[in-house]
Amino acid sequence: MGILDSIPHVHAVPSHRPWPRAVVTEAGWQAAIDRLVEGGLTLLGFWGEPAAVHMAMLDGGSAEIAVVTYECTAGAFPSVASHHPPALRLERTIHDLFGLVAIAADDLRPDLRPWLDHYVWGQSYPLSGRNASRDARPYQFLPAEGEGLHQVAVGPVHAGIIEPGHFRFTANGEHVVRLEQWLGYTHKGIEQLMQGADLEAAAKLANRTSGDSAVAYAFAFARAAEAALDIQVPRRANYLRALMAELERLANHFGDIGAICNDASFALMHAQTGILRERTLRAADIAFGHRLMMDVVVPGGVARDIAPDGIAALRTLLAEINKVFPRLIELYDNTASLQDRTVTTGIVKADYVRQFGAGGYVGRASGRTYDARRSPGYHPYDGLRFDVPTLYDGDVNARVWIRIREVEQSLSLAGQILDALEAGPIRVPLQIAPEPCEGIALVEGFRGDILAWLRLSDGRIERCHLRDPSWFQWPLLEAAIEGNIVADFPLCNKSFNCSYSGHDL
Amino acid sequence: MRKLLLQSLFRQPLTEQAPRPDDAAIAELAATVGRTARRRLGRSLSIREVDAGSCNGCELEIHALSNPYYDVERFGIWFVASPRHADVLLVTGPVTKNMREALERTYNATPDPKWVVAAGDCARDGGCFAGSYAVVGGVSAIVPVDLHIPGCPPPPMTILRGLLSLLEEVDAGGAAR
Repeated sequence: MGILDSIPHVHAVPSHRPWPRAVVTEAGWQAAIDRLVEGGLTLLGFWGEPAAVHMAMLDGGSAEIAVVTYECTAGAFPSVASHHPPALRLERTIHDLFGLVAIAADDLRPDLRPWLDHYVWGQSYPLSGRNASRDARPYQFLPAEGEGLHQVAVGPVHAGIIEPGHFRFTANGEHVVRLEQWLGYTHKGIEQLMQGADLEAAAKLANRTSGDSAVAYAFAFARAAEAALDIQVPRRANYLRALMAELERLANHFGDIGAICNDASFALMHAQTGILRERTLRAADIAFGHRLMMDVVVPGGVARDIAPDGIAALRTLLAEINKVFPRLIELYDNTASLQDRTVTTGIVKADYVRQFGAGGYVGRASGRTYDARRSPGYHPYDGLRFDVPTLYDGDVNARVWIRIREVEQSLSLAGQILDALEAGPIRVPLQIAPEPCEGIALVEGFRGDILAWLRLSDGRIERCHLRDPSWFQWPLLEAAIEGNIVADFPLCNKSFNCSYSGHDL
Repeated sequence: MRKLLLQSLFRQPLTEQAPRPDDAAIAELAATVGRTARRRLGRSLSIREVDAGSCNGCELEIHALSNPYYDVERFGIWFVASPRHADVLLVTGPVTKNMREALERTYNATPDPKWVVAAGDCARDGGCFAGSYAVVGGVSAIVPVDLHIPGCPPPPMTILRGLLSLLEEVDAGGAAR
């Protein structure tokens, strides 16, 4: 039975591919919320338009995906967040950008504070298409009351070389009682910049939504555009895309494993994984002409083929990593002082991971075996062999181990792809569709699944929404740190390594 | 662990040769920097990195400067945790409106003499994010910039070259603002 069979809807939108989208009534919207609350469906995305809101949902059992749309004829929609907390920040964002109001019963009133809007844009509801203004009020953090509590405010400018965001800790001595995040500092207005852009300019923006996931974002964006235009890219292009995606995963996992250990003052691991990361980026540069492989994946295929000496460079890289990495695993596994910091630190409960649909290592370290490469799956992963490592402890240590195991899987995948690479075209020309058309895609980045949704009209982007995996991971960090000591926050935070830019858009 | 440590004792270091300072960067610096700071700084620069709204790409490459291949500390270049300890602000990103105040306050918290280096194409003029309601523009729209390092993102060697040019200029007696 399809997702939409159990949700009363007015009509299905014919030009939406590959998964269905339906416009629903208030009863249908409520039915969708009910299914999210009872856990039958997982929220994959929640975004707005000037007069509509959309929810993408995943049926974990059947791996089916569907989008429901509620038309906000009166500028309002029934609140999702008041029933289903994972929707909260997305709902606040929809209000910030489009001015649409989430309606809820008084006793279920959702959080009405702004999220991305810090009242300095010089306009309110920038994507609403109307001139409305909003009263600026100082941001109120949630109260934490009790004897002996003190607050520590961190950011937006942090001590390390990382992205900006604000963390407000309430602590009792060393122990964190509450962490509250306030993000939005890197909000660049990507959704507005996308509007009216041609596919080339929009792909450039997608590449720069979160620089560490340039390939994954470009991949997701390209797949959504190709779904909308109903075109298939050549086999070789698919393999090259996956090759780049695995290199990106390797580079990021090396960086993360080292950085987590470094936050426990274990610099040796940081230096060693730093070497592997650098070698990966250099090989990527030789093979694809850019260390982070930006702007190589484009709608229709890939912009350039792998360089003639690229394959040899990548084979050397894989051999080197295969030689060195087992020693680093041993190093991690046998250093008790390091384990002392990572084991049982920052535990994320399995229930939260399921409820929030947290992807990537955050989900997999707490028992959620979800990987978009497997389900819904996409080319060329359907023809490749790989495991989705899963652990159940949910602590920093488990998130390190998931990364270690994923490095091994990515090495194997990259090897399989190099073996399977056949000569052939790498790009197909794009035709402008005569009618507006919509596409959606889900691609597994190193952090988790990235959702891309767009509507094309006359060869240009009418609307595009990109949902970073961090939306469903950041809130869990607040829960994970509770009861831990302040000094362990960097470890916990690094083990999540959520994106700021990808989240802030 | 012993094995790894032992290996690194006998292996050739991975560290790259120091690059030649960037000629264009030196020319830009010569035009913007006056004279005096050598005595105060000695041969070292403390850098506070500020992400003013970047996509994180530039941060990754700035991070790479500390890996064994570039080993930026051998040049006396340090990344510090607070602007109060810094000689240089290394700023990335198009400056978002939401980060504008934080950047200004970080600049004001940095003691004189100080220099500002804007890294990446976005930091010059907003890059592909220019024109958005949420973006002010390049770094120089908010604080005076002494040196631009181009690239999207600039590779570590390019950043290193830029920083060495700055160090050389400071060494030669160029003054900060």
